[in-house]
Amino acid sequence: MSQAPETGRGPVVTPVRVVIALCLVAPFVAMLWVGSYAKTDPVLIGIPFFYWYQMLWVPVSAALTMVAYKLWQRDQRARSASKGGAAQ
Amino acid sequence: MNDGVNGVALAVFLFFFLLVTVMGFLAARWRKAANEHTLDEWGLGGRSFGTWVTWFLLGGDLYTAYTFVAVPAAIYAAGAAGFFAVPYTILVYPLIFTFLPRLWSVSHKHGYVTTSDFVRGRFGSKGLSLAVALTGILATMPYIALQLVGIQAVLDVMGVGGGESTNWFIKDLPLLIAFGVLAAYTYSSGLRAPALIAFVKDTLIYLVIAVAIIYIPIKLGGFDDIFASASEAFSETNPATGAPRGALVPGDAGQWTYATLALGSALALFMYPHSITATLSSRSREVIRRNTTILPLYSLMLGLLALLGFMAIAAGVKVDNGQLAIPQLFENMFPDWFAGVAFAAIGIGALVPAAIMSIAAANLFTRNIYKDFLKPDATPAQETKVSKIVSLLVKVGALAFVLTMDKTVAINFQLLGGIWILQTFPALVGGLFTRWFHRWALLAGWAVGMVYGTVAAYGVASPTQKHFGGSAKEIPGIGEIGYIGLTAFVINLLVTVVLTFVLRAVKAPEGVDQTKPEDYTADAGDPGVQVELPPATAGSTH
Repeated sequence: MSQAPETGRGPVVTPVRVVIALCLVAPFVAMLWVGSYAKTDPVLIGIPFFYWYQMLWVPVSAALTMVAYKLWQRDQRARSASKGGAAQ
Repeated sequence: MNDGVNGVALAVFLFFFLLVTVMGFLAARWRKAANEHTLDEWGLGGRSFGTWVTWFLLGGDLYTAYTFVAVPAAIYAAGAAGFFAVPYTILVYPLIFTFLPRLWSVSHKHGYVTTSDFVRGRFGSKGLSLAVALTGILATMPYIALQLVGIQAVLDVMGVGGGESTNWFIKDLPLLIAFGVLAAYTYSSGLRAPALIAFVKDTLIYLVIAVAIIYIPIKLGGFDDIFASASEAFSETNPATGAPRGALVPGDAGQWTYATLALGSALALFMYPHSITATLSSRSREVIRRNTTILPLYSLMLGLLALLGFMAIAAGVKVDNGQLAIPQLFENMFPDWFAGVAFAAIGIGALVPAAIMSIAAANLFTRNIYKDFLKPDATPAQETKVSKIVSLLVKVGALAFVLTMDKTVAINFQLLGGIWILQTFPALVGGLFTRWFHRWALLAGWAVGMVYGTVAAYGVASPTQKHFGGSAKEIPGIGEIGYIGLTAFVINLLVTVVLTFVLRAVKAPEGVDQTKPEDYTADAGDPGVQVELPPATAGSTH
């Protein structure tokens, strides 16, 4: 799901892009692996683990998306700079 | 349920309702453009919205009154299974981040107003574009109907919904008035009306949630007590099924269902025409990416809201119709005036998405049925006129639906709508990244997915219904219980891939692709991308 088909702008897979992909994939792994969080303990202020853990993932995934966004911006700027300001 | 009319709550409710009505009509003048008789103006707000307006608009759009009523209602009824809405909305944002900016770019470059416009331009297939348009309209109608069901729930609890004894006209009069007002300002102001009203809606909702999540647990003795009484209630045997009513944590059998529902719903959400409408109305592709980092605020709110379902159990709210659980909880726990604020939040929460949905469905009809098949030489002014009228018809249809049929029918169709809309994913998202899929293969995959999904959903029985009793069924070949929509989607994808190999081998005509690779990454300011596209037809057909 990378923005692969852009031609002639350096390698498509770079370490930065791998990190971006990991940031975007992590919430899927965490949320779809229901067995990892389908339990009551530890309870937090009276709320079972199942509920607070998933709600904790809301800010975590937002932070991950934010990191992906910042890295993507940098990646694009670097690329357009090296290619003399082509379309982003 | 309360027999008398709650006067104070009703007065507060009416105050906010009047406020948004005035705003709705004034919205036409907000950020007004020179040429208002284009579909871009009326149907996409001139494609001019920045980060915050887009945030409010998307939030107002995706987190509907029905969500506010139904998610806690599901928790109230069965516990953990209803909480899938939270992982579902968490998964939506990485998905948006990946594909929506590309859709934004290509749509701005070619003047696409709907997803079907894109599919037609990309695959050169009016048939495929028609399939996407019809699916979108079909899936949106029951969604609008459910918003009216949400308003009805609030009116019922306030005591103005009328009992069974009053005649139908008096009973439905408040709903008819609410509906008439909504139709009038959508007609005159287009997408600007819900965008402006969304500010009020979200402010009210945040206020109500913040108060509810602090005030109600204090009154009920803290979360320990709330979950203890919920746990007790869930362990009681349900006489209809002979099994416990629900659980605090999904058991092994329920985990597949939970995960597939979350994933399937996340994939489906941005296939809905109204989500796309809100997205395309944004000013630049950066607005969309930036939004994926602030939209999760709504997910947090949804999670807190879901917990209200447990509070309703702990507070001893007893309703036959689960949809009334949360309005009734507010009525029982809050002072009258604040209950009025809460009801206004739900009521306005229904108006905003209903407006956007009817606009989105109308855009689809106008662009991909009227202009493609009925009147190819329609002028932008004619397009706008048709769209306005269709947006009215769509709402009348939804109203007729709610008034004449049982509520469960609307909910069944909504369930089907989710399954259906997911079947447009390969054509749309696939098309954004690759031209490899063959247009006829996509059409065949879509058809197979639609048929499988409908038949499978028809066959699901529940203790109260023989058909359409739920959205989960055994996955063929795996044997676990999973979301039908996701199963249908996988089958759809398999058919598409296999047929693409076949059609490519026999060299079936591929159709003309209007788009170029660089169109998918273009941003506002690049050559050929206008921030304010003059006629809605720019670049799409001539």
